[in-house]
Amino acid sequence: MSKKVAFLQGNEACALGALYAGCRFFAGYPITPSTEVAEVMAKELPKVGGAFIQMEDEIAAMAAVIGASLTGIKSLTATSGPGFSLKQENLGYACITEVPCVIINVMRGGPSTGMPTGPSQSDVMQAKWGTHGDHPAICLVPASVQELFTETVRAFNLAEKYRTPVTVMPDEIVGHMRERIVFPEPGELPVINRTAPSVSPQSYQPYDTSFGDIPPLAAFGSGYRFHVTGLNKAQDGFPTTRADIVQAEEERQVRKIENAVDDIVTYEEYLLDDAEVVVIAFGSIARSARYAVNAARKNGIKAGLFRIITYWPFPDRQIRALAERAKAVIVPEMNLGMTVHEVRRCVEGRVPVSGIFRVDGEPISPNEIFARIQEVR
Amino acid sequence: MGFDYEKYIRPGKLPHIWCPGCGHGIVMKGLIRAIDALSLDKDKTAIVSGIGCASRLPGYMDFCTLHTTHGRGVAFATGIKMARPEMNVLCVGGDGDGVAIGGNHFIHACRRNIDMTYLIMNNNIYGMTGGQFSPTTPFGAKASTTPYGNPDPPFDIAKLAIGAGATFVARGTAFHAAQIEKLLIEAIRHKGFSVVEILDSCPTTYGRRNKFKSVVEMMNQLKESAVPVAAAEKMSPEQLEGKVLTGVLYKENKPEYVAEYGKLVTRVQESMAG
Amino acid sequence: MEKKQPEIKIIEKYCKGCHICVEFCPTQVLEMRGFTAVVKNPDACIACMQCELRCPDFAISVTK
Repeated sequence: MSKKVAFLQGNEACALGALYAGCRFFAGYPITPSTEVAEVMAKELPKVGGAFIQMEDEIAAMAAVIGASLTGIKSLTATSGPGFSLKQENLGYACITEVPCVIINVMRGGPSTGMPTGPSQSDVMQAKWGTHGDHPAICLVPASVQELFTETVRAFNLAEKYRTPVTVMPDEIVGHMRERIVFPEPGELPVINRTAPSVSPQSYQPYDTSFGDIPPLAAFGSGYRFHVTGLNKAQDGFPTTRADIVQAEEERQVRKIENAVDDIVTYEEYLLDDAEVVVIAFGSIARSARYAVNAARKNGIKAGLFRIITYWPFPDRQIRALAERAKAVIVPEMNLGMTVHEVRRCVEGRVPVSGIFRVDGEPISPNEIFARIQEVR
Repeated sequence: MGFDYEKYIRPGKLPHIWCPGCGHGIVMKGLIRAIDALSLDKDKTAIVSGIGCASRLPGYMDFCTLHTTHGRGVAFATGIKMARPEMNVLCVGGDGDGVAIGGNHFIHACRRNIDMTYLIMNNNIYGMTGGQFSPTTPFGAKASTTPYGNPDPPFDIAKLAIGAGATFVARGTAFHAAQIEKLLIEAIRHKGFSVVEILDSCPTTYGRRNKFKSVVEMMNQLKESAVPVAAAEKMSPEQLEGKVLTGVLYKENKPEYVAEYGKLVTRVQESMAG
Repeated sequence: MEKKQPEIKIIEKYCKGCHICVEFCPTQVLEMRGFTAVVKNPDACIACMQCELRCPDFAISVTK
């Protein structure tokens, strides 16, 4: 049987990926350039017996998503920069309460209203540091329509497996581009559901670490009664200010992701085996970078591309390894230098790292990257 | 045996954190009696709150409880109700939480007419942060941030709810303790978004600054200012000066959001089936 | 038949001494002793339940 193929927009593929993953609740607020995600969900969710709601604001949308997820329903919201800023409050709530959910942030120019229809990659730091306090972060940065589908599925899987919010952050180009997508058959991609409690409602505790760093989460309405609060809490879910418990719980919440980097971190290596000039890029700019690397190879320059797919946790170990053999690293990105700092942190001065930064609403072209490759070779 | 409140309270959670004379405990008892009278299933009932003194209420209650972010309780509750329409959803909070930082969520929940009950304990002050003026602090009253008297005119929460489209709006006071239960029973039974405002006492941060010698004086003021709606009909505007109406202030039957969405789902699925 | 007097129970560890029960009891059954309310005059109780309803601290129960 031939596979189902379509010509789709990135945001549309994202919504269909969410449905594939079993998402049955969406709450959102209109914002360019992510609105198509909401539009597809509004149309498709009733067909599968799910629920769509357009809330009064971004904050409320994030809140509703967490509320719905606590009843055991996989839940999604989608937004862009200004909305992502507003969502940080309840994103932090999802972190500390460890409620699985997926947030799509289609990156546009900023700060503030910025350039609503212009592409950007300047929210990557916000995805990790945007909400206050220490907390884990998982952030995926797809580069194609196909990948926006599959990474959205993976985002739900990671959210459910690690009991945490996950952000998927295509830049506006990836969100709005149209290209061919081959739909995975049902069952072709893994679909993970959160671990239900194995203990009775009487002995259930929502943060019971005797089950490891990722305690099972019961659903409201399923016979398990428990308390959820944004205050620092003990294993039983109730607030505590006891120093040893607060310290241990905070550390566990960060550790549960840090210890799983091998399972979470994904990336693509392109012509890196003998590469002397390494380009590190993600999203639509990785597509420009691939052209540039190909052009360099044609010109006899040993260039390669390291494409970040999982931005957080950052692929520290892989980039550190690249620095052992590369002579130069180039980081093109649609911001004024964010990833470049992470890369410099990883390579620890062993190799020169330069950035190509654009925030003018235009993508970075293959020529710009190729020119830099020639400069640094 | 008297009424067994502790049947609905989590073991070991009493005494609660509220100050001496704070009316929140009186309201919580009214809520417990209403829940008991309606025989709500503990496993199928969610109690959601925001942030503040009143929002600490769910932590005591042996239900599915969610203590959320400041002002956002109603929005979280909306997600629960949409995802699990079979659950009873109750939302509680204070005046600052509900109509200042949560004001947008509040008016839109009223407009949407989603089936849940929102219990607002209005003590006219931000108590937990030490007594700053709230959107219901009376004009001229003292608060830590209105040391020369409040220049802000207050909201009338019940009128706000009615104006925004809530289909059941009632008001009571912490003094009229038996009425709290009755109002909540009617509110929870109502199909749609019901708002119950209970005028409450904060002797610690409001009373002290505003020349109330004790909580008893605050309770007496609630007693004297409350006029049941039926009685008010026979009173002149002069007689009603400085009074607040209590009882069921507004009630109408309108399409309820979750039920309407359910119909939409059925319609879509039927058209797919051809 | 002898009229059964209501039984008033005060849980001392819950009482925060707010005076509400004492002040609003229509038959002056209760009084403050130190920081807590106590039953002074149980025979006067008419089981109006107002002290139980108005106790913010879940400290009073009246059994009719």
